[in-house]
Amino acid sequence: MTADSVSAVPRPPAASAAAPVLTGAQALVRSLELIGVTDVFGIPGGAIMEVYDPLLDSTELRHILVRHEQGGGHAAEGYATASGKVGVTIATSGPGATNLVTAIADAYMDSIPIVAITGQVFSTLMGTDAFQEADIVGITMPVTKHSILVKDVEEIPAAVAAAFEIAKTGRPGPVLVDITKDAQQAKAPFIWPPKVDLPGYRPVTKAHGKQIQAAAALLAESRKPVLYVGGGVIRGNASEELKSLAEITGAPVVTTLMARGAFPDSHPQHLGMPGMHGTVPAVLALQESDLIVALGARFDDRVTGKAALFAPNAKVVHVDIDPAEISKIRTADVPIVGDVREVLVDLETAFRSTIGTGEPDIAEWWSYLDGLRKEFPLGYQPTSDGHLSPQYVIQRIGELTGPEGVYAAGVGQHQMWAAQFIKYERPNSWLNSGGAGTMGYSVPAAMGAKVAEPDRVVWSIDGDGCFQMTNQELATCAINNIPIKVAIINNSSLGMVRQWQTLFYDGRHSNTDLNTGHGTVRIPDFVKLGEAYGCLAIRVEKEEDVDAAIQLALDTNDRPVVIDFVVSADAMVWPMVPQGVSNSYVQYARDHAPSFDEEI
Amino acid sequence: MSTHVLSLLVENTPGLLTRVAGLFARRGFNIDSLAVGVTEVPGISRITAVVDVDDLPLEQVTKQLNKLINVIKIVELDPATSVQREHMLVKVRTDNSTRSNVIEVVNLFRASVVDYAADALVIEVTGDKGKVEALLRALEPFGIKEIAQSGLLAIGRGGKSITERVLRG
Repeated sequence: MTADSVSAVPRPPAASAAAPVLTGAQALVRSLELIGVTDVFGIPGGAIMEVYDPLLDSTELRHILVRHEQGGGHAAEGYATASGKVGVTIATSGPGATNLVTAIADAYMDSIPIVAITGQVFSTLMGTDAFQEADIVGITMPVTKHSILVKDVEEIPAAVAAAFEIAKTGRPGPVLVDITKDAQQAKAPFIWPPKVDLPGYRPVTKAHGKQIQAAAALLAESRKPVLYVGGGVIRGNASEELKSLAEITGAPVVTTLMARGAFPDSHPQHLGMPGMHGTVPAVLALQESDLIVALGARFDDRVTGKAALFAPNAKVVHVDIDPAEISKIRTADVPIVGDVREVLVDLETAFRSTIGTGEPDIAEWWSYLDGLRKEFPLGYQPTSDGHLSPQYVIQRIGELTGPEGVYAAGVGQHQMWAAQFIKYERPNSWLNSGGAGTMGYSVPAAMGAKVAEPDRVVWSIDGDGCFQMTNQELATCAINNIPIKVAIINNSSLGMVRQWQTLFYDGRHSNTDLNTGHGTVRIPDFVKLGEAYGCLAIRVEKEEDVDAAIQLALDTNDRPVVIDFVVSADAMVWPMVPQGVSNSYVQYARDHAPSFDEEI
Repeated sequence: MSTHVLSLLVENTPGLLTRVAGLFARRGFNIDSLAVGVTEVPGISRITAVVDVDDLPLEQVTKQLNKLINVIKIVELDPATSVQREHMLVKVRTDNSTRSNVIEVVNLFRASVVDYAADALVIEVTGDKGKVEALLRALEPFGIKEIAQSGLLAIGRGGKSITERVLRG
């Protein structure tokens, strides 16, 4: 005891004397406001109603009432991905919470910072199979970065603060906060900032100097280097630093599906996307390289092909903020754990001092790669059935909208074409479900992106299959003045599955026809559906009408736009590396593999 | 495959064991044994896990465990520099003709009898894996009715403590 406290009249501690007494629900809303959250996506229900009452009074929080919890979750993802902020979604207990699971799993696979807040039944009822009870903390354990069950009102501010801290720092990811109804109703003094104690959570950001030196030495020696850029460069906000390192080393750059936009497509050192549907130069650059510098990338099977045969002669420098990614698939010769932005700065400094006045001798490498670029440019065959080429439609959307737009794709053929044929110049302009491959991601993600970035044009580039999974959020968009633009690349089928059936199942198209396109019953009719949801909706079937339709969409900002682009069902995604083989077997087009006579 | 003993310092939060066990399961790692208990630091528990994996997957499982927010520290304990013990209760069938023989075995192994019944004894034994297995072989002929065994416990030899740095932080 201090001398003061001995002489003073006993009284409650100063903090609680000044602290207002709030219900748990009020404390949650106040915490979100104080963290700086401005937009949340959610739907009320029995176990979260308590929170919706103070939400009505909040002037700082905009709540957007979605039509399905999965939509709310993907909207939070799109919001986070387009803006770099943390996305927030709210749902009730039981089915409300389980409906969020797909979006949470999606955010986990693609390292997207979202906080999901769910109501839970009264703590006295937990474990009794109460109405709308689900153990959502247990259910989401494998697909969250962390999850917190709150049964005590006093723990709410710290739980919310911890959730945001964990979601956005280190390797970002989804965090779930499950709050029992009695904790929402009880009252406690509200103390901010709360004490957040996470003794087991200390993400490493500054890399080891020795490893940086080793990486710089390898880069200086390498004759065939490649910078293999993953989504971590976008999440780590490191595009400028990447560009600087790329230019000082002169090394070719490939950007994965998750990293499209991390490095400008217009940059002469950019070879495009690697992987199963990557460009031939990007695939072969990795495969033939003697040094891969992996930056926030995780050697996904869609990039490596058969991992044991991937880039057999390459040494690997692996930079990641998550130590568990390093040497998970491919053993790293130089492991670097750290924030990719800081590492890139340090690596550039080390490279400059290693190389001195000389420069790396990679002219021969570039002449090989330039040869590949000339011989195997990205392209597509015109359709033979007279219907629109999906690639053409997507390419024109990108050209007429430009690099300041945001493009959110669903999953499948249209996703690959959107990754290939739209030219990305800036990070956070390309949104897609890469790791999880969640059909239905596009429309709600575009909605979230438009809320985060209202001044940008936001396109949902969707398939007819994907669109039917989450198009109910068009109601949310129309009612809340979120004018997204939806391009349905309608090939009347589950196109990617159909492509595999064509190539690997003797053309036996089992259960992939959706009957939404040309010459079918058109159920549903996407134009009528769009109109029913209050959107401007049109159908485009001829190439000469494509530009005018896109322009109409660009000029319409008083409501969402839906364009039903009726495209050929026979168009395929090329190039392609068949599953389970070495990337050396990349096919430029059907039965057309690059020859390997010209070994360098 | 080889056996590794991992000591995990964890925050004692609800569901912690589910997080750890679930991670082993979904990443495809087998747990041979698991022992959980409190430590000298309030709020911090210690999990001793015995896993049967090769070195590379072991590195991966350690890294994945470290990613769990409530896991504070992980140390692999080498048998040469740590004390490792198993604890077992064995119920052995006995009658007047065999009881003294069983007690002789118990004494030889420095185990102890902790319960008596006319037709059985409960024997408590602590030791390394070899000793426990040897005792079981010796008791086998009399008739083993029931076994309850704890997971392996392990602690490093010498004066250093793995909780030291946690305490300071």
